Amino acid sequence: MSPLQKTAAVILCAIFLLMVLGTILVPAPHFHQFRDVPNASPSTAHPLGTDALGRDSLSRLLYGTRVSLLLAPAAALLSTMIAALLGSAAGFLGGRFERIVLAVTDLSLALPWLFLLLTVRAMLPLDVPPMVSVVIAFLMMGLLGWQASVRVVCTAARGIRDSDFLLLARSSGCKPARLVLCHVAPNLRSLFYAQFWISIPLFILTEANLSILGLGVMEPMASWGNLLRGFEDFSALGANPWRLVPLILLVIVVICFQLVLPSQEVTQ
Amino acid sequence: MIKDEKITKLPWNALRRLLFLLCLGIGGAFLSATLVRFAPGYGVQERELDPRWSAQSIEALRQKQMLQEGLASYYMHYLSALAHGDLGESDSLKRPVRELLRQRLPATGKSVVRGLGIAWLAAALLASPGLASRGWFYEASSTAFSSLLLSLPSAVVAMLAVQLRAPVFFAIGVVVFPRLHRYIRSLLVRSYNQPHVLAARARGLRSGAIFCRHVLPIAAPPLLALLGVSFTIAFGAAIPIEALCDSPGLGQLAWQAALNRDLPLIVNVTLIVSLVMFAANSLADLTSRAFAGSVQ
Amino acid sequence: MIRRLCVAFVLTLVLCWPSFVSSESASQSGGELHFCLHGEPKTFNPLLVEDGQSEIVRYLTGGVLIRLNRQTQALEPALATSWKTTPDGRTIIFHLRTGLHFSDGTPFTSEDVAYTVKALMDPQLHSPTGDSFRSGDGQVSVQTPSADTITVTFPAPVAGLERLFDQVAILSAHSPKKEMAVLGPFYVADYSPGSHVLLRRNSNYWKKDKEGKPLPYLDSIRLDIQRNHDIEILRFRRGEIHIINSLDADLFDRLQKESPAAAHDAGPSLDSEFVWFNQVPTAAFPDYKKVWFRSTEFRKAISLAINRDDLARIVYAGHAQPAYGPISPANRFWFNSALPVPKYDSAAALRLLAQAGFRFDGGILRDSSGNHVEFTLITSTGNKPREQMVTMIQQDLSQIGIKVNMVTLDFPSLIERITRTFDYEACLLGFTNTDLDPSSQMNVWLSSAENHQWNPKQSQPATPWEAEIDRLMQSQASSTSDKKRKTDWDRVQQIVFEQQPFIYLINRDAMSAISPAVIGSAPSVLDPHAFWNADVLRLGPDPSMGAQK
Repeated sequence: MSPLQKTAAVILCAIFLLMVLGTILVPAPHFHQFRDVPNASPSTAHPLGTDALGRDSLSRLLYGTRVSLLLAPAAALLSTMIAALLGSAAGFLGGRFERIVLAVTDLSLALPWLFLLLTVRAMLPLDVPPMVSVVIAFLMMGLLGWQASVRVVCTAARGIRDSDFLLLARSSGCKPARLVLCHVAPNLRSLFYAQFWISIPLFILTEANLSILGLGVMEPMASWGNLLRGFEDFSALGANPWRLVPLILLVIVVICFQLVLPSQEVTQ
Repeated sequence: MIKDEKITKLPWNALRRLLFLLCLGIGGAFLSATLVRFAPGYGVQERELDPRWSAQSIEALRQKQMLQEGLASYYMHYLSALAHGDLGESDSLKRPVRELLRQRLPATGKSVVRGLGIAWLAAALLASPGLASRGWFYEASSTAFSSLLLSLPSAVVAMLAVQLRAPVFFAIGVVVFPRLHRYIRSLLVRSYNQPHVLAARARGLRSGAIFCRHVLPIAAPPLLALLGVSFTIAFGAAIPIEALCDSPGLGQLAWQAALNRDLPLIVNVTLIVSLVMFAANSLADLTSRAFAGSVQ
Repeated sequence: MIRRLCVAFVLTLVLCWPSFVSSESASQSGGELHFCLHGEPKTFNPLLVEDGQSEIVRYLTGGVLIRLNRQTQALEPALATSWKTTPDGRTIIFHLRTGLHFSDGTPFTSEDVAYTVKALMDPQLHSPTGDSFRSGDGQVSVQTPSADTITVTFPAPVAGLERLFDQVAILSAHSPKKEMAVLGPFYVADYSPGSHVLLRRNSNYWKKDKEGKPLPYLDSIRLDIQRNHDIEILRFRRGEIHIINSLDADLFDRLQKESPAAAHDAGPSLDSEFVWFNQVPTAAFPDYKKVWFRSTEFRKAISLAINRDDLARIVYAGHAQPAYGPISPANRFWFNSALPVPKYDSAAALRLLAQAGFRFDGGILRDSSGNHVEFTLITSTGNKPREQMVTMIQQDLSQIGIKVNMVTLDFPSLIERITRTFDYEACLLGFTNTDLDPSSQMNVWLSSAENHQWNPKQSQPATPWEAEIDRLMQSQASSTSDKKRKTDWDRVQQIVFEQQPFIYLINRDAMSAISPAVIGSAPSVLDPHAFWNADVLRLGPDPSMGAQK
């Protein structure tokens, strides 16, 4: 591990720790409105000020951090699993199957999945707890966000299929199950791990994008994307620089995730 | 002999691939029609809430909407119209889809191409001198810069572009640049570490000569493939950016169509977007294969 | 190599530069007013107008017989010099101005009016403008005794008949340009979809100013199509547009701090925001909830427990007034000023709930059978004030032990739920009112109507008070005496206040931004707020036309 990676890992751990401790130390519940002080500047009672409805910004930030940092890995896990299955199957079977999988991958990038998100929301009963609907939103992102990884996994799997050691193993009468378990899986494991790690910041960013477009985590829940929605007013940011804190935290976390990853595994 | 056969087969193969992709595109269009059709709020219009309408008029509105309800018949109808080059009429904008696409596609195409131009130039410029000079500070700061851009959500980039009144292509460039920079840099690092390049450097060749004669030939094929990939990235980024910047392009059209459940428009936009993506990816595939072949 | 690349980079920048320097800041000639449309106008046919954008174009281009003065709220003669309604309220006789011409030079006669009215009353037309004239079955008869007189007879009395003609732009019966030949101050000269609509001065416009100079003063109006309100205000700041007709409270607040001279708050508008509970008998939620929502005490208690002052102060930055009834105080004639103004009082709300059998203990409200009182309030995604109001109501109601879940849905999904599936418990929406006359709200208040949101399309009125509203609405619609109609309407407002089928929250102010370069502006609470007098607006000598200095 390089010093840079170590620093990044330490920062990430610190943020995780802050998130856990934050739930104990928060100044107020993230949804409580202090209606006498909307849009307040930082003070001892509200270290990061309050939002338009008088909710404590620090509490919302800590809560949002918890939502984004816990659920993005879950989405990443789901999407990596899908990509691993599809990609390795395509890579091993090759030929027409591979071409179809890759074409479908391209196609799925062009489809309006927005409607699936809307349909799923419509099928849920209206009174599901907000947390459940947030979890479902992240799972949907995971379910729909596997395209980038499939190509990488597929190429790697094709490489292993054509490799000499596999040919040797096969020629020496190795059974398919043993082939997959002892020869293929160990070779792909580090790739899956890398893909999972790459996907986490991607899903953090996806959530932010969706929430800014009004499709992600809904009020009164807080998430990083949700907190960035108050960002339209750039002219006011100069006077209230503390409003930038959610964005800065997001950028720091995403950069740290990128740095922690060993660089040779950065493919695309 | 075998070679000859390959050459005569080439057009046939290309045609088959084209046909396959076209079918896939139409399949995608159907799939998106299904998604829209079963999305909540399909066939519901905002104007139904206008109390000025009489009950008879609302009934008439709903009847008109009902005509499109059958999905299977919609598929058939769409296919036969498509065969005649007719893309139908947009429900929400009341204009022929063809006309809308003809207006919007060039605008988006222009922003994507310009955005790509900026992103490639910036990425290439930032990535190459650093390797030649191997300055530690330059390296670290350019990497930090691109990581910073990579960690900005593209919606935030779009919002920034709106505030600074920067054009859409600039935002697209900002979104695509860090991805390109990372890849080009690692590619060049790998190329510079090749034994024969190292040997050339040891012999004291000028950096320009090393770059042109030794590095570029290794890096060119993956770079060409990257061109295709970056096109799909830029095209994909253009849609939310245009929607947020409210720029009259394909992205904004798609976004409005989605909000209005405009079935004919969404189906055709999906078809176009998927065909463009296929074309870019196939081109990338072909070039990289062709180069791989020539190297072998 | 590097140098060559640098040259290429600079070249690209130069090539791209024209789009960096936005073309909209091109210099101004004479007087071209600029402002934004928030979407594509769907039609230029004035009879088919149903969306706000087309409405703006119609207002600026259409010549009407009678114009409602947006400031005095009185009817003024326009193409008709005078008019008379017969005592039975079915017939109206217009005397027209003579010697007028459409924008393309076609002469204007009573034949054109007859053509317009017939086209408008065609049962196949299906347009809101035409529908508002329909009072009973039967044919509308039109007579043109002379070139400057026209008589229109309706099958049944139409309430507030004259006022409806404010919406009817007269078409030419003979012009080859069809609906593009107009009688208003401007005509549509160019339309580029997705970009702009250009209106030019109609030199055949009938109106003159006091010195006898022909109106309008402006040479042209450019309407840029721009959905994004943030971009709109940025462009206003840069002086690229002169007017923002309707501003959100937060943007208004921001503008007011920067350039107070450009920000105009004309006071409460006709628009209202309200909450209602789903009282549809077949709705898909448990029966005990239906009992709550049908209970008058429950609805009144909710109304009492919502802090409207806080909504107006925090969500609208003070640019809204608490609302308690269907008619905004901005509607001077029809507003029932005798209605009491209730105060926010959660203790009174709890007392009312106790009367209705609810129990409040341990911070939780339960009904008589022990169910925890909890409901989901839906509203539309992307509407920030509405989302904020729901969040605030959530906290207000939690103080009387009610748990409110908030769900935001995109507009089509929301409409589907409130008009088709009735799969919701409570909804917060707004009502944009363009019309002063209450008969425009017939389809809201009649229990048989589509837009009777809390329980639409009833075959029989479900409650005695709905039956009474039905009776009063019918009675006012068939009367021609404004005094009688006002008495009926006051009673309807009284009933709505007592029963709270809609729990009115606020009336937002009519906020607009007008650049100091625009001379002659007089913002009004009625739509179009900022440019209702477009024909007398002109641009000052200030060439920068900016709002900043």
